[in-house]
Amino acid sequence: MGVFAIHILNALLYSSVLFLIAGGLSLIYGVMRILNLAHGNLYALGAFVTAWAIGLALGAGAPNVVLFLLLPAGALAAAVAGAVIERTLLRPFYKRPEEYQLLMTFGLLMILEDLIRLVWGPNPLSATTVYAAFGSISIAGDRYPAYNLVIIAVGIVAAIFLWAFIYRTRFGVLLRATSQDKRMASALGVNVNRIYIQAFTLGCFMAGLGGAIVVPSQSAVLGMGVDALVLAFIVVVIGGLGSLEGALAGALIVGVVREAGITLFPEIELAVLYLIAAIVLLVRPAGIFGRASA
Amino acid sequence: MNTTESIAKARSRWRILAWIVPVAVLLLAAPFVIDPFQTLTLTYGLVAAIGALGFNLLLGYTGLLSFGHSAFFGTGAYTVAFLVKYLKIASMELFLAGSVLVSALISILFGFVCVRYTRIFFGILTLALSQVLWSLAFKFFWVTGGTDGLRVPTPTLLGAAPTDDKMEFLAHRYYYYVLAIFAICVALMWVIVHSPFGKALQAIRDNETRAEFIGIRIRRYRLIAFVISGIFTGVAGALWAPLNGLASPDILVWTFSGEIVFMTVLGGFRTFVGPIIGAIAFTYLKTYAVGFTVYWQLLLGTVLVVLVLALPTGIMGAVERVAAKLKKAR
Repeated sequence: MGVFAIHILNALLYSSVLFLIAGGLSLIYGVMRILNLAHGNLYALGAFVTAWAIGLALGAGAPNVVLFLLLPAGALAAAVAGAVIERTLLRPFYKRPEEYQLLMTFGLLMILEDLIRLVWGPNPLSATTVYAAFGSISIAGDRYPAYNLVIIAVGIVAAIFLWAFIYRTRFGVLLRATSQDKRMASALGVNVNRIYIQAFTLGCFMAGLGGAIVVPSQSAVLGMGVDALVLAFIVVVIGGLGSLEGALAGALIVGVVREAGITLFPEIELAVLYLIAAIVLLVRPAGIFGRASA
Repeated sequence: MNTTESIAKARSRWRILAWIVPVAVLLLAAPFVIDPFQTLTLTYGLVAAIGALGFNLLLGYTGLLSFGHSAFFGTGAYTVAFLVKYLKIASMELFLAGSVLVSALISILFGFVCVRYTRIFFGILTLALSQVLWSLAFKFFWVTGGTDGLRVPTPTLLGAAPTDDKMEFLAHRYYYYVLAIFAICVALMWVIVHSPFGKALQAIRDNETRAEFIGIRIRRYRLIAFVISGIFTGVAGALWAPLNGLASPDILVWTFSGEIVFMTVLGGFRTFVGPIIGAIAFTYLKTYAVGFTVYWQLLLGTVLVVLVLALPTGIMGAVERVAAKLKKAR
């Protein structure tokens, strides 16, 4: 029973991080109709910045509380990077065919990948002190790292917060209006440019948060962004591009399949995920929660 | 067909010939003029050009942006590696035949799934499917060699055994072999895009609804274009394998598909020769960028961003614009 509970927790842990990445990707696509290929790199940026900040604080002899408070640093860095990218590089492209937007974000992917290497070097950065500081708890007789529960909690809180943000605030109304009909929203006085930059920043913040909370449990390594992006693609394809409910459902499905795959069918675990995505696209092109018009 | 039209056609035919002859002479003379390293880079460029040519049948002529062409390139390369490892074959002709067959099969399978969609969904679906192949190559290491890949020795060309000096072999005989295949592929693609079938693809690209109403079976045409495209890229992969000496999962990762897109856009996907120019230019750019700095991705990424911002029609588009300006000035 304990083993089973741990498997469930691992699946949830994985889903939490995936939801943060894929949710941001989906939000950006839903509002702006841009598929951000550099999204995974913002996740990586979040991880690197947090690991770096924690390393610095550790060097200065800061107590564990400070280290914990430094976790969101990566998310903020990713948000700032997102705001700059939207304003300078993406804004000229809204009227051009989406092929160009894809290419632009692919160029960004290459640039960000190397900028991270340039700033932090080729070696992995880790922040295991925070992970260790939480110790472990006992679940039905098995030890389980308590920090993993923090990740799961952050994922859940982020999902609730995002839901409230989009369905219960004025900003959310504007966001949804822009997403449904950009021109109509603009005609009714919505500042679409502002919504775009806010949506993109929020999406990048989520990716950065994903990286920031995951880095204490696994090191920040080069290439983590590209790997994460492909998994986030699977999540949004299964759930439906542009839908947050879909990102949540997709993240849970991928999390469970992956956890099952690692123990039951390790060789074809990734292939099975891609195949699930392909099958979902065949049966429901717009994903489980997607809108058919996309 | 009226007379002015046929005169214009004859004139354009002469103009094309006036371009082809000097380029062909240059390419034929290249190994004697430039050093072996340069010839090798040019060979890589020609191989990439075949792949980009195939890719552009989808992007430029059918209006479908595939982000999964690494799948076919990798299929071609791994087919060669498997033929070497499991069937002990060394003949390049059999390699090519095998990879045409296997990449046709894979692209029929993938195409059947992908051509139901267009635009962004087509891109994601091709990407996802290509990553299935990547993860298989990555995980089934006892078959595929995993991240180490599989070694591909120098093959026999038209039955003739390779010379002992590998560099000499690759920079001369193999270069001419690739050049011949390249010429055949260019001619084939030229015939395809100028055939009624090619025109139908362009009609689909420009207006899907209209194309459907004049009786074009859109999905079937797209599927055929997808398969042709896959085979061309597969042939490129097969030619690449002996050149590189190794088939590894790197060429199956989706970012490699991105490079194929990159070279095509660099050259200009609205023209026939654009992808060829782009592939050769990209190969040189990458070779020198990698030699020049470890941060070559940063360099190439910046080139791509600037390109998309300032020169969306690529090298060929820029050349055409300059040519048009010169004409006006005259």
